[in-house]
Amino acid sequence: MNKLLASVKEAIEKTGLKDGMTISFHHHMRNGDYVLNMVLAEAAAMGIKNLTVNASSIFDVHEPIIEHIKNKVVTGLECNYMGGKVGKAISEGILEKPVVFRSHGGRAGDMENGSSKIDIAFIAAPCADHMGNCSGKYGPSACGSLGYAFSDAMHAKKTVVLTDHLVPYPLKDSSIAEGYIDYVVEVEQIGDPTRIVSGTTKITRDPVGLRIAALAAKVVKHSGYLKDGFSFQTGAGGASLAVAKYVEEMMEKDHIKGSFCMGGITGYLVDMANKGYFETILDVQCFDLKAIESIRENPKHQEISAMRYASPAAKSAAVDSLDVVILGATQVDTDFNVNVHTDSNGYIMGGSGGHCDTAAGAKLAIVVAPLIRARLPLIVDHVLCKSTPGDTIDVIVTQRGIAVNPKRAELKEKLVKAGLPVKDISELKAIAEEITGVPKEIKRGDRVVANVLYRDGTLLDTIKNTI
Amino acid sequence: MKILKNAVAGTLESSDLFVQIEPDENNLTLEIDSVVANQHMDAIRAAVLETLKEFEVSSGKIFIKDKGALDCVIRARVETALKRGGVQES
Repeated sequence: MNKLLASVKEAIEKTGLKDGMTISFHHHMRNGDYVLNMVLAEAAAMGIKNLTVNASSIFDVHEPIIEHIKNKVVTGLECNYMGGKVGKAISEGILEKPVVFRSHGGRAGDMENGSSKIDIAFIAAPCADHMGNCSGKYGPSACGSLGYAFSDAMHAKKTVVLTDHLVPYPLKDSSIAEGYIDYVVEVEQIGDPTRIVSGTTKITRDPVGLRIAALAAKVVKHSGYLKDGFSFQTGAGGASLAVAKYVEEMMEKDHIKGSFCMGGITGYLVDMANKGYFETILDVQCFDLKAIESIRENPKHQEISAMRYASPAAKSAAVDSLDVVILGATQVDTDFNVNVHTDSNGYIMGGSGGHCDTAAGAKLAIVVAPLIRARLPLIVDHVLCKSTPGDTIDVIVTQRGIAVNPKRAELKEKLVKAGLPVKDISELKAIAEEITGVPKEIKRGDRVVANVLYRDGTLLDTIKNTI
Repeated sequence: MKILKNAVAGTLESSDLFVQIEPDENNLTLEIDSVVANQHMDAIRAAVLETLKEFEVSSGKIFIKDKGALDCVIRARVETALKRGGVQES
């Protein structure tokens, strides 16, 4: 049996890629990914049209997809996150069919339950053997975890591994096993290693960010969840990392030993685990070089798939055991709904990722964000896109005060008792508007450019075109 | 009062604005480009015009690139540019 093919073109021919099919990609190469562009360029050259691209995320590096959309090579797009460059073109209406946005858990779940079908999955693998056993931990383009690619490999009709580091059979520590892989293609480079991850992720030095982080850490402490066995997820943003730093200080002071930290993993969380603050790291994606080194060498550091991370179709997922998650937001409304899909002018520049999955699973979901960004208040009457339903968000932390979801009366009482600056969410909105003035509502077109699906596959909101 | 020479003030950082002024004997030209134009253009224009009025400036070219500055910042940057441009406080 020979799975090793000479080129992407041969892989497209062998897998039988035809007009109208759905192809999938994962985003661990992030803004350094070459694979999505490589496959689409080849498909375009071969005259294939009407493809639907299901990518776990679209980054600015994938800008060439705009031309493929204009040329009808790509006529459908599904993803969990979309960067600003492609997002702007989509918002302006270049794609006839609305984009389908899912969450990280929802994407895996929809593949598991069969509502999202993939014809051919293309997996960017930093190392692989010629039978398709592959891993993200080794090779010149190492990205660490391959978490989001597991469901693609398992559920696509055909799966192709593209690698720039072919090793002798058998790869000694594989993530995705040969049983799921149809073909292997060796390419010159699967990505630009300098753009796959940032060298280091750093804690913010912005005083507003630090104030928000300090308040959020106090919310964690006084919520009652910060005790032995504590589990925690936070993002790679400077303010989210600062929350981790303050939480670590509290864990040190009170001699608390946590159970696991999860998510996109940064060196900071690796250090916390190594110092003994967490037993285990559950890693669906590595954000920096230290995390990659750790997942390769540290037995405490486990790679998990998107299903294990957050799938609502699984019998359980790790988000269901999560105590506290720290989340971001571009807008929050007075019903606590969060927008992470669009900017304040309605242009797509993000997506749920694991936002709504972790908010639904975690016992305490905290949104941290500055009350005002560039004259725009965080809190609005209605978010431009409902990315995460308000009833799964517990607390909003800003530099000027903390709003607790009225559904969490008991939590509110605890935070008030602890002397934290708890305010009504409409009071926070008024504080911001007194400084910025009341912003005019923006006008949008009446064409739907994206449907936002909740993690269970139901329609959560639509995004209209910008005008 | 008149703008006597070209001058600038401010930065292109978020929440700030960059203002550039030039003399013009006859007309008042005001161009504002703002990241929050959709939400706040009327307020930005009003803050600039009020500051010009305070300094009794009725002609000149004013170019503004706004990155979401608050009214107080807009007034301060425009005032600084006017003073650098040779306008005396009235």
